[in-house]
Amino acid sequence: MTARNPSPAPVPKSGPARDEQGRPTPIGSRRAMIECRDVHKYYGDYHALRGIDLTIREAEFFSLLGPSGCGKTTLLRTIAGFEDISSGVVLIDGRDMAKVPANARPTNMVFQSYAIFPHLTVAQNVAFGLRRDPRSRAEKAAAVDEALAMVGLKGYGARAAHALSGGQRQRVALARALILKPKVLLLDEPLSALDRKMREQMQVELIKLQRQVGITFVLVTHDQEEALVMSDRIAVMFEGEIAQLSYPEELYSRPVSRRVADFIGMMNFMPVRILGETDAGVRVEVPGFGEFDIPAANVSRADPGDPGPSVGFRPEAVTILYRDAPAPHRETPGIIEEVVYYGDMTYYDVRLDGAERPVRISMRNVFGRDIQDLGTRTRVSWSPGSLILFR
Amino acid sequence: MASRSTEAGQGLRMIAPPLLYAVLMLAIPLLTILTFSFINDGYQTVIWEFTLENYAEVWADPIFRALMLRSLGVAVLVTLATVVLAFPVAYFLSFVVPPRRKAMWIFLITIPFWTSYLIRVFLWKVILGYNGVINSGLKSLGLIEQPLSFLLYNTGSIVVTLAHAYAPFAILPIYVALERIDRSLLEAGRDLGESRLMTFWRVTLPLAMPGVLAAVLIVFIPTMGDYVTPTLIGGGKIPMVANLIQKQMLAVDNKPLGSAIAVTAMVIVTLLAGLFLLLNRRFLRVRT
Ligand SMILES: Nc1ncnc2c1ncn2[C@@H]1O[C@H](COP(=O)(O)OP(=O)(O)OP(=O)(O)O)[C@@H](O)[C@H]1O
Ligand SMILES: [Mg+2]
Repeated sequence: MTARNPSPAPVPKSGPARDEQGRPTPIGSRRAMIECRDVHKYYGDYHALRGIDLTIREAEFFSLLGPSGCGKTTLLRTIAGFEDISSGVVLIDGRDMAKVPANARPTNMVFQSYAIFPHLTVAQNVAFGLRRDPRSRAEKAAAVDEALAMVGLKGYGARAAHALSGGQRQRVALARALILKPKVLLLDEPLSALDRKMREQMQVELIKLQRQVGITFVLVTHDQEEALVMSDRIAVMFEGEIAQLSYPEELYSRPVSRRVADFIGMMNFMPVRILGETDAGVRVEVPGFGEFDIPAANVSRADPGDPGPSVGFRPEAVTILYRDAPAPHRETPGIIEEVVYYGDMTYYDVRLDGAERPVRISMRNVFGRDIQDLGTRTRVSWSPGSLILFR
Repeated sequence: MASRSTEAGQGLRMIAPPLLYAVLMLAIPLLTILTFSFINDGYQTVIWEFTLENYAEVWADPIFRALMLRSLGVAVLVTLATVVLAFPVAYFLSFVVPPRRKAMWIFLITIPFWTSYLIRVFLWKVILGYNGVINSGLKSLGLIEQPLSFLLYNTGSIVVTLAHAYAPFAILPIYVALERIDRSLLEAGRDLGESRLMTFWRVTLPLAMPGVLAAVLIVFIPTMGDYVTPTLIGGGKIPMVANLIQKQMLAVDNKPLGSAIAVTAMVIVTLLAGLFLLLNRRFLRVRT
């Protein structure tokens, strides 16, 4: 994905773990709901989870994000109790889960395939976990109706489950899990089978639902945009390890390594020559940008596989200057080599004078601003604070 | 219009071989039997006159009724034994055997089929017989003095022989039904708070039912009409309906009456199978 698409309607992001005045409390101050301490998991010789440490808090919307095969599902399944861990500790609401089987854990799962029972009706599916519930038959039926209404499937109870669409199945899976009022709802790529429009709609609905029920949600996804849109916090995983665990804004603007930066959103990388440390940070020379100091706060890690140190910036972190507008920061001349029009945005590939390769810059198409032509000479405004050094 | 007829012609050509097969191998023999059952018998020949007398005779015949009931009883017992024993085997195959070994296991299960049905039935005679494997084994162990005579020539031995003969026919459809169950459904069952046993009862078993129903019919229908086993293992003392038909057709040479018995037995089996499916129709809903 090259572009960060405009997200659907903005929704505030905290679950209702609220204080006396009814205001949501900061995530960091809430009670821990899931704690993983140095969790390792081997499949035979394969080391699938390599020392996972994380704390997920009450009523938090937490995402596990990473490329295919990094161990997201494995981690989710160890929390659910479907996989035994090789070493380490998993606590849920303060209780050690080592000897607690899946059916006794206070978690419920929305499976990637939804796992709707094909031999049952929608209502029977939703009521599946209520067998030992002491309530009367009528009360249970009312609870099922309420759960179905909550996910927007009012009146679907009598339908055969095998005749549902993908989006409807997912809603049934949600209702089936939420009716049991678990402490934690685990969702394994719940939206990946839906088409784009449906997916964006469900993203918003899931966030609303999470706020409404106040349950901790742990979402597995390999879609960085989805994670950014939905989560209170995100853990980015590579090869069985957590590379960075943070808030979406911080993950996006302060990635700890080049790999994380590359995985989340789009980033331009340029080769850099490091000249030395100064009081202001690190003195560098970047072809096209020249010599300058990068603030110490903007220094991140390079990964073992990187071609060497580099600087990176997001497409929106620098701007193209129009006509003779004065540059608010530093400016560098260049030539526009590619124009990609997205409606609300335009992407320009600009080759800065002295740079080897073009960089991608995004501009919002505000009223009255012309789209620049291919081949136009232009000026780019930037500041050292919007660049990140990976060394 | 022209294109339509060529389309029809193409379609016809395509289904012609199986159609020919169905007509020759199924329809003609069946129609022959049906025709014979409605005409009169004259000694050594038949009289081409429409009659319902054969059927009246069949229904009035106490021997037919007794043998039909025995056949049904044997078939029910064989089906029960076969399916109840086949289910754990199919379950083991599907859930315990690792995927790369499954082909080998299925192969092993089909080994008994490398010899003919007749020989397998004979083998049971060798095992259960007066001087058979069991008796000589027990004798050499000193457990018995005289050979046990109740092993062979009774309903029990017929049931054992048939159950063995039809075991793979029951294992395979149940196995296929179990294989088709999405494993995440079982995890969902556990996730929603049910133990393994309850998940089996509420998820695995209902989803395996189409296979179980298929197994029931596959075993029940042919055992009902089995001819070889009652002859050899039953020693002719415990005839079933097929033996009665054989006797009418060949020994007594009353083809019309033999045909009427055959048609009646067929109708009864069809009705029972239909009723069985009707009672279990909720397990046969389409699913994706
Ligand atoms: N039962 C298993 N036996 C052996 N290896 C397994 C098993 N389950 C997962 N793995 C391996 O563990 C690694 C992590 O798998 P996992 O399913 O957790 O990945 P994931 O991050 O969920 O990827 P995806 O986005 O593709 O679903 C993969 O390399 C996978 O091959
Ligand atoms: Mg996965």
